[in-house]
Amino acid sequence: MSTSLDRLAARCAALLGPDAVIGDPVRLRTYECDGLTTHRAAPGLVVLPESADQVAAVVRACAAEGVPYVARGSGTGLSGGALPRTDGVLIVTSRMRRILEIDIPNQRAVVEPGVINLDVSKAVRPHGYYFAPDPSSQQICSVGGNVAENSGGAHCLKYGFTAHHVTACEVVTPDGEIVKLGEGPGYDLLGVFVGAEGTLGITTKITVRLTRVPETVRTLLAAFDSIESGGTAVSAIIGAGVVPAAIEMMDALAIEAAEAAVGCGYPAGAGAVLIVELDGPDGEVAHQFDQVERLCRDAGAFEVRVAADDAERALIWTGRKSAFAAVGRISPAYLVQDGVIPRTALPGVLARIDALSAASGVRVANVFHAGDGNLHPLVLFDDAEEGAAERAEEVSGAILDLCVEHGGSITGEHGVGVDKARYMPRMFTAEDLDTMQMVRCGFDPTGLCNPGKVFPTPRLCGEVPGVRKGPHPLVAEGKAELF
Amino acid sequence: MVAETPRDRQNLLGDCVHCGFCLPTCPTYVLWGEEMDSPRGRIHLMAQREEGAPLAPMVQHFDQCLGCMACVTACPSGVQYDRLIETTRAEVEDEHPRPLRERVLREAVFRLFPYRRRLRAVRGPLRLYQRSGLPALVRRSGVLERISPTLAAMERLAPPLGPAPRLPERVAARGGRRATVGMLTGCVQGEFFPGVNAATARVLALEGCDVVIPRDQGCCGALSLHSGRAEEAAAFARATIETFESVDVVVVNAAGCGSSMKEYADVLADDPAWARRAAAVAAKTRDFAEFVDELGPRAERHPVPATVAYHDACHLSHAQRIRSQPRRLLAGIPELTVREIADPDVCCGSAGTYNLFQPEAAAQLGDRKAGTVRATGAELLVAANPGCSLQIATALRRQGTDIAVAHTAQVLDASLRGLGRAALL
Ligand SMILES: Cc1cc2nc3c(=O)[nH]c(=O)nc-3n(C[C@H](O)[C@H](O)[C@H](O)COP(=O)(O)OP(=O)(O)OC[C@H]3O[C@@H](n4cnc5c(N)ncnc54)[C@H](O)[C@@H]3O)c2cc1C
Ligand code: SF4
Ligand code: SF4
Repeated sequence: MSTSLDRLAARCAALLGPDAVIGDPVRLRTYECDGLTTHRAAPGLVVLPESADQVAAVVRACAAEGVPYVARGSGTGLSGGALPRTDGVLIVTSRMRRILEIDIPNQRAVVEPGVINLDVSKAVRPHGYYFAPDPSSQQICSVGGNVAENSGGAHCLKYGFTAHHVTACEVVTPDGEIVKLGEGPGYDLLGVFVGAEGTLGITTKITVRLTRVPETVRTLLAAFDSIESGGTAVSAIIGAGVVPAAIEMMDALAIEAAEAAVGCGYPAGAGAVLIVELDGPDGEVAHQFDQVERLCRDAGAFEVRVAADDAERALIWTGRKSAFAAVGRISPAYLVQDGVIPRTALPGVLARIDALSAASGVRVANVFHAGDGNLHPLVLFDDAEEGAAERAEEVSGAILDLCVEHGGSITGEHGVGVDKARYMPRMFTAEDLDTMQMVRCGFDPTGLCNPGKVFPTPRLCGEVPGVRKGPHPLVAEGKAELF
Repeated sequence: MVAETPRDRQNLLGDCVHCGFCLPTCPTYVLWGEEMDSPRGRIHLMAQREEGAPLAPMVQHFDQCLGCMACVTACPSGVQYDRLIETTRAEVEDEHPRPLRERVLREAVFRLFPYRRRLRAVRGPLRLYQRSGLPALVRRSGVLERISPTLAAMERLAPPLGPAPRLPERVAARGGRRATVGMLTGCVQGEFFPGVNAATARVLALEGCDVVIPRDQGCCGALSLHSGRAEEAAAFARATIETFESVDVVVVNAAGCGSSMKEYADVLADDPAWARRAAAVAAKTRDFAEFVDELGPRAERHPVPATVAYHDACHLSHAQRIRSQPRRLLAGIPELTVREIADPDVCCGSAGTYNLFQPEAAAQLGDRKAGTVRATGAELLVAANPGCSLQIATALRRQGTDIAVAHTAQVLDASLRGLGRAALL
């Protein structure tokens, strides 16, 4: 008897052509994880559609068979959002990579979801524009993935996240309909969709806002003895009312890794480096740049380097942008953590991370978007050593507790995925989570669209949440209805 | 080849952190958008192999890898994909039975290309064939495609042949002597692009080098090395080492040959009698542009008023990390405009024997590259590898554009000798 996956494989081959369907176990396994390699599951089937219609047809086929499916872009996610289902279909957008329209007068472009983030900027650069969200993975991550994760980057401090640069999405809903979100009055469904981590449908066309390339960009690298003095500089800069395009900080261990990987030539012996970039009109940038330089020195910077040209700026950024992957050079394995704290809590939290690291013997390298308090501690371990992974996991989790304790968040930009679903209850009450799941049910009543992500315990739609005794207080008061 | 312990191999594979940064410069990922045909996916397959997964479904994906090493350049984590794929290819050759037709063709190619006398033997008939008007007929008929896409590719790629002048064994330096260098003439370069070797020798001499061109030199082993034929590669390497041991510097004008000679230390690491000698020759191997740039200009540069596009050969830019030197040399020529080709990191599809064994993918990549070359509006394409020039010129011809091709050495030669643009276009 053929299984539902067998039938789906045949159906998909008929719909998309045999070249677009992968069913061989060895090949399937190459899709078993995204950028978070600690979670692996070989998909039951992989399909590589080339159009929205094909995506819709596959989704309908899945719905008909009751088979779950997961969308995947370039597979660089760091929370396991694109972790496949062994009993399901992985719908990969890597062949949907056409830039459909570039509309300079209206400052927008329409792209397919598999288009690489940086390719959007490359395409519009000759017109003097770029696509502002710039995750460190921008050379390969897809715009569809950016939408799903609401990705950010170094320049989010001034320019905002993906959500601020997407004006519409064409979406294949879980019942296989193609709809457009983000146009016309009514609820801001686009706002709900962006950042939903692929649990509400699959986007097949994205209208992005283009940003004018600033008149001037100036970048400096300041080296400090310690993270504390670097943190002081950050507070001083923001406190002075300057809004830099980016303020990034790296600690000694992260610097060591980047140096080993790309030879970025950061000042020797630095306990922390700060990268500050200002952009905008010439006069304003020149004035504020002097101010920033002075504030860095006042905070104790022992060396301040100003990029003289594009090549020098690129070199400063290469170190930062390669930092995650570069950690592979100084440690056999590592976990990338992503948490948020109020900027002012930075020195305190960092001291606590240090203490955690000292107590457990687990090394932690720190990279952060210092301007908006988004931390990326890199927890290093040797996967060949017994129990090391578990210890690293523990430290990594404790760091998230620190973030929540200081009024922050368990994720800044990498998403919840599978990895952090279990931490959601540390931030949200059961009621909060139920409410979110009701939104999800509105889009995906059968729960086939990227199930098992974001929420610690999946609920079926219509199921009465079990944690509460008696009716919800709002229902009891007649202020809300349960549906 | 370096003996890899299983633990070494585990470590090499473990260096990959699965970030995907290498994907956009991988030509096969660019073409097909599939994980198994990306560096990250191929490394994953190798890891599966270590765990005992069957080789058969993987072979296709390893074969389709061009060995362009763009992934090595792109990787922030220092993954040594070059070592990984070389070992893997050798394993495929050892363990994977290929179908008869494929075997015959592979043997034919490996018995022809590395041997200059054999190449020379086909030159005569090929030249006659090219002049006979037969090529158009053969191509139209598609008869070769039907017999074998590989043979068809060989036919399409054969360059128009002029007479091949013989180089003397020694060319004396002009002006004061600054160095004595040996010159590798290369199999394909030597037989199909003899003008490049002559230009290389002249530029070196004009820049003050005594040039030694040993007549009995053979193949450096590049084709074999990059195709997993480890024993054959080692034999070629030993012979080449003997030939060049006595000079201070070996100048190589074909990127593929230069990169494999620089790898000799690894090729013969396990051979105690040869390891040291191999390392010594590897250490004094220089690409033509690398060496001339290092030497610094002395001879006068005359104007060459032309617009050229410079193409990064993978074996130069990725394998040897030589990108700025040739550009600097070209920029030093008065009135020469150098245009950059978009996506310079992505291979043109030539890649040693790739256009012979994977003709379809090679043609698709050739077409992409031809498009970006055409977009530069250049009238001359400059590249440092004979395979690349052949490949891109063929693709441009398919698109109905003829572009002149030249090696960096030929452009420099035209400038040093004051021949102007006429010599190149
Ligand atoms: C080295 C490195 C550095 C990184 N730096 C940053 C950074 O600075 N900032 C940042 O925010 N992130 C960063 N990331 C994380 C990651 O690159 C982003 O989350 C990125 O947006 C994921 O894109 P992707 O195409 O790889 O998506 P994938 O990993 O393939 O998928 C991610 C999620 O999106 C969903 N999805 C994919 N396509 C669609 C679609 N068409 N419709 C609906 N859902 C979809 C998937 O189901 C999954 O849940 C980094 C990752 C790496 C490896
Ligand atoms: S060598 Fe070239 S073709 Fe092979 S995996 Fe690396 S980038 Fe791709
Ligand atoms: S760039 Fe390097 S570490 Fe990243 S996936 Fe490619 S080979 Fe692996």
